[in-house]
Parts: sequence; structure tokens; C-alpha cells
Amino acid sequence: MKKLTVILLTIVVALALTLTGCQKGSKTIKIGVGGAHTGDLASYGLPTVNAVQLVAEEINANGGIDGKMIEVVVEDDQCKPEIATNTASKLVGEGVVAVIGHICSGATKAALGIYKDSDILTVSPSATNPDLCDGTYPNFFRTIASDSAQAETEVAFMKTMGLKKVAVLHDKGDYGKGFAELVQANAPAAGIEVVLFEGITPGGVDYSAIINKVANSGAEALVWGGYHPEASKLVTQMKNKGMSIPFLSDDGVKDQTFIDVAGEFAEGVYATGPIDTSTNALYKKAAADHLAKYGEEPGAFFYNAYAAMLAVCNAIDKADSTEYAAMRDALTSNYVDTTLGSISFDNSGEAIGVGFVVYQVKNGKYVEVK
Amino acid sequence: MEYFIQLFMSGTVKGSIYALIALGYAMVYGIIQLINFAHGEIYMIGAFTALIIGATMASAGVPTGLVLVVALISAMVWAAAYGVTLEKIAYKPLRNSPRLSALISAIGMSIFLQNYVLLAQTSNFVPYPNWVPQFAFLEDIKGILNSNQFFILLTTAVVMVLFTLMIRYTKMGKAMRATAQDKAMAQLVGINVNQVISVTFVLGSVTAALGGVLICSYMGQINYYIGFIAGIKAFVAAVLGGIGSIPGAVLGSFVLGWTESLGAGYLSSDYEDAFAFVILIIILLVRPSGLLGKKEIKKV
Repeated sequence: MKKLTVILLTIVVALALTLTGCQKGSKTIKIGVGGAHTGDLASYGLPTVNAVQLVAEEINANGGIDGKMIEVVVEDDQCKPEIATNTASKLVGEGVVAVIGHICSGATKAALGIYKDSDILTVSPSATNPDLCDGTYPNFFRTIASDSAQAETEVAFMKTMGLKKVAVLHDKGDYGKGFAELVQANAPAAGIEVVLFEGITPGGVDYSAIINKVANSGAEALVWGGYHPEASKLVTQMKNKGMSIPFLSDDGVKDQTFIDVAGEFAEGVYATGPIDTSTNALYKKAAADHLAKYGEEPGAFFYNAYAAMLAVCNAIDKADSTEYAAMRDALTSNYVDTTLGSISFDNSGEAIGVGFVVYQVKNGKYVEVK
Repeated sequence: MEYFIQLFMSGTVKGSIYALIALGYAMVYGIIQLINFAHGEIYMIGAFTALIIGATMASAGVPTGLVLVVALISAMVWAAAYGVTLEKIAYKPLRNSPRLSALISAIGMSIFLQNYVLLAQTSNFVPYPNWVPQFAFLEDIKGILNSNQFFILLTTAVVMVLFTLMIRYTKMGKAMRATAQDKAMAQLVGINVNQVISVTFVLGSVTAALGGVLICSYMGQINYYIGFIAGIKAFVAAVLGGIGSIPGAVLGSFVLGWTESLGAGYLSSDYEDAFAFVILIIILLVRPSGLLGKKEIKKV
């Protein structure tokens, strides 16, 4: 009896193996999704799963890619690098041709080595660490701008303004100081000299001393790294002192509250902010589909993940193949319409058409500077 | 040299701002030896009151000068009412308890008032209109001193002179000095100590409200939290000058303002607060009772 069970088991296992073996060359294309699906950061990872499944359903309903159906394989990494390597191995074992993920920069970095060795294309909707695109992982792409993109946009804009000397102030916080330091680091390459680089204490009752210092430094513009309450104080005090040099800032200032508080003094202020995609037709469609299927608004990085999945499917379609080299080539040489607008990828893996633009306050509203 | 003058003036303005708030700390401490931590909140409530009254009047088309006067007066009255109520509810029942109890009560009131304004108004920053008249004769030197700064300096100077005269020459001033010296003895010679304490809170709250309106007009914004940082800085100024002493609070405020401005201007604004506290520590090491504080002589 026991012997019979063992034999039966062996047959079942063997059949199972041949079945999966069969599937590999069969009519489905497997796409993996790696990211945090449980744990503290699950809310960052789950919207990506929804996005990928929505795109897959839509493509499958329209007959798949060149007649092949898409199969989504979801694996959890809890945003932990040590788990992410297992997640990656599992997805490789499943025979996926591309992975949408991972979510956290640390976990993504851990998983990337395994995907690189197996020639698997990886497109993250959310990993913003600048180092990921430094060329170590040619298989890595992302549909979100890197942490340094904002400062690069700002510096490039200052260059077009013809500025030679700028003062950089920040609020000593992670976000503000981080941005200010990136501006400082990028400025010399654009021929801009940072003549003053200092932090100020948020919540102070008077900033006239530091404004005198800026005026005295010979700066042609003031760059502020931080949030809008201090920005409106600085702008108000500058204008009250009769200073008219341009004021440039970041995403933390690109907020209607800034304009409401600073009023007439806000006019002409520049601030970088993400490209507004909410008027995009695909964006609206993705939001409506999500609402119809899940009964709620999409969560974090949903649109970036939707765009990543569209880009990957488009690459497979254009390449007529699921070979790594062909797919990579298609990804970097074609523009594709996504929820984030028409995007492509450069050779380092950064998305082109995704990122930051400069806005300026005109008549009490932020308007994109063309 | 011009740069030094700019920094010196900005330090003077900053000192005046601190002084308007520090006066309240110093007077209350002088009379009942209580550090009124809710004083910063009175400053904030005064500014909010002026904003509500003033914005309503401005939208009804009342001229700016009148708006400033009415808003200032209503802010001072309302803040005084808060100050007196605060004293009656939170400090008077604890007058004979250990000083720590009253201090904790003050911190509690500070947190309560902040959250009350947060709920009743908003957590956002709100724009604050500038009602201060713009003087034409300052137009050429507005890089050094603009109209708002000039108005703050002027107000602080007037308030200081009035206070000094009042404490030195009026009956109430005399009663206040007596109460500060010895509460029990003052009561024995027929001074209404409760009334004196109430008047002290009224005066402190009125100057705080005045400061609140002027500073918010200058900065152009307000939220429920502005009283906290301003209050802490003014408290430091009061301690620096010798807590309990009114000229000391004013001197301490100017020393603090100049230290911060010159420190930020010539060294680095990263360490602006550090300079202020280093000065505080040095002065307290050399003169433990502050710049103009009375030496406490303890009989054994």
C-alpha cells in the first residue's frame, strides 16, 4: 500500500513538472510583480498589483500580445532586502520574462542582481534612489523620477535664466537640505556659483538678518530648499526690503497655500513640481477602471505601475519576442502612451518624459514654464 | 559698514519683537514668581482676534488706518480677558501650592490653548494682512529699516516708556512693586494683592497682543503654533536679562536679537539658535541672576 502511494506521488510530481515545463514554451507570457504586499509598507505595494492586473486583463480581453495571454505572477518582499532575494529567485523560477517592481529602493537593489543574472527586465514604479540607474544594472528601468531629478531640473532652469551666482538656503530638514545639497552639487557643472549656502531655523519670528546676508552676497537669485511657510516669510521679507532677485524653490513650495499666504509677493516665484498628468486620457481611464473594479481611488504609485506595465507589454509587442536584448532595445527606442503621458527610456534606465518641470506663479496660480 | 548697520537694525527689530513678549513674562514672574508658559498663546490669540475683527472690517470697506486701530484695541481687550481668565482658572487656585504645580498648570494651559485655536480655526498657515501704514520717508532706506520694522521699534519704545513711568509714579505701580517685594506684607498694609495680580496679567496680555498683531503684519502669516517659538525665545530673553526685572527683560531681548542677527550675518545662520543659547549660558555662568537681576540674599 505504502509503495503504491510513493509510486503515485512520484507520477504526480513528474506530471506536475512536465506540465510547468510545457507552459514555459506555451501560449502565455508571464510577468512578475515584486513588492511589499504585506507588512507596514503594503499600501505602497498593493496598488502596483492592481495596476498590473488591470492592464493584463485589458490586454487579454483584446486577444493578448500577438495571440499570447499575459499571466501575472505576484510575489511579496515586504520591502525587506533579505526577503527580496528570495522573491526574485521565486519569480525567476516561475519563468517570468519581466518584473514590475520592486517597490522600495533597498529591496529593489537586492533583487536586481538575481534578475540581471537571469536576463530579466525589471521596471520599478517607485524606487527613486539615484544609484539604481548608475549603470550597474542594465536590466533596470523605472517610471518615476529619481531623487536627484528635481534638483537637476532646477539647475538646468537656472542655466537657461542665465544666472551665474545664486544663494541657496534650506530649512535644515531631510527634504529641504537634501534638495539644497543636490542643487549645490549640480550647480558648478552648469557654470553657476553658489555664493551662499546656509540653513535657517523654521518658525523664526524674523529672517531679515539672513536676507541682508543674501543681498550682500551678490547672488542673482535665491534658491530655497524646504516647505512653503518659510518660503512665504522669506519672499514677503525680501520684497518688503525692496529686493527683486528671482526666488526659486521645490515641490514643497509648489502648493496653492503658498500663493494664498504670500499673496502678491508670490507673483513670479518659480517652483519645480511633478509633471501634471491628471488630464491625460489614459490616466482618467485607469482611474475609472480601478474605481469600477475595486470600488475605491487608486493608491500610491498606481499610475507609475500602470505606465510600467504598458511600457513592458508594448516592448514585447514591438520586439515580437520575449528575449531580453530585443525587449530592452524596444523599451529604449520606442515612445509609448501611458498614464504618465508619452514616455520612453534612456540607456541608464530613467524614463524620458517623466519627472519635474518648472512652474511659475502668475496671477495667483502656478503655471508651467515652457 | 552698511552691512553691519543692516544687521544691527535687524537685530534691534528682532530684539523689540522679543521685548514686547518678554515684558509679560518678566512682570508676571516679578509679582508671583510664576513662569507663565501660556504667555506665547496669549500673543497668538491676540493676533488671531485682530485678524478676525480686522478682516471683517476691511471687507466692509473701512479705511486701513481705522482697521488697524480697532483691530489692535479689540485684540488687546480680548487677550486681556484671556490673560485674566487664565490667571483665575489655572494659577490662582495654585497660588499657595508648590511652584512646580503652577508651572505644570501653565504648560497645560499652553497646550490647551494651542489645540483650542487649532480646532476652532485651522491648522494651516493663514495670510495676515499688513495694516501698518507705509511711511514715505523710509522708502529710500527700506533695505535697512522698512515701515513695519519702524512701527515695531516705535511701539516698543512707547510701551517701555509708559511702563517705566507707570511703575515708578502711579499708585498701581507702587502697589505692584510692593507685591513683588513681599506679598503677605503688602496685604497687611492694605494692598489688594488679587487686583494687583490681575492688573499685571492684563498689562502682560495687552503688550503680547500688541506684539502679536505687529509681528504677524510684518511676517504676513499666522497659525496656531506661532506663540510657542516666539514665547520660548522671549522667555530666554527674560531670563538673560534677569527674570522679574522689566528693564532686564528689554535689555535681554536686545542682546538676544543682536546676537542672533550678527551671528547669522557674520558667521552662519545654521547656528543662529546655538549662538543665542551660548550667550545665555555664558551670562548665566558669570551672573547667575541675569544681566539686571537682583541678587537673591538668603538668610540662614
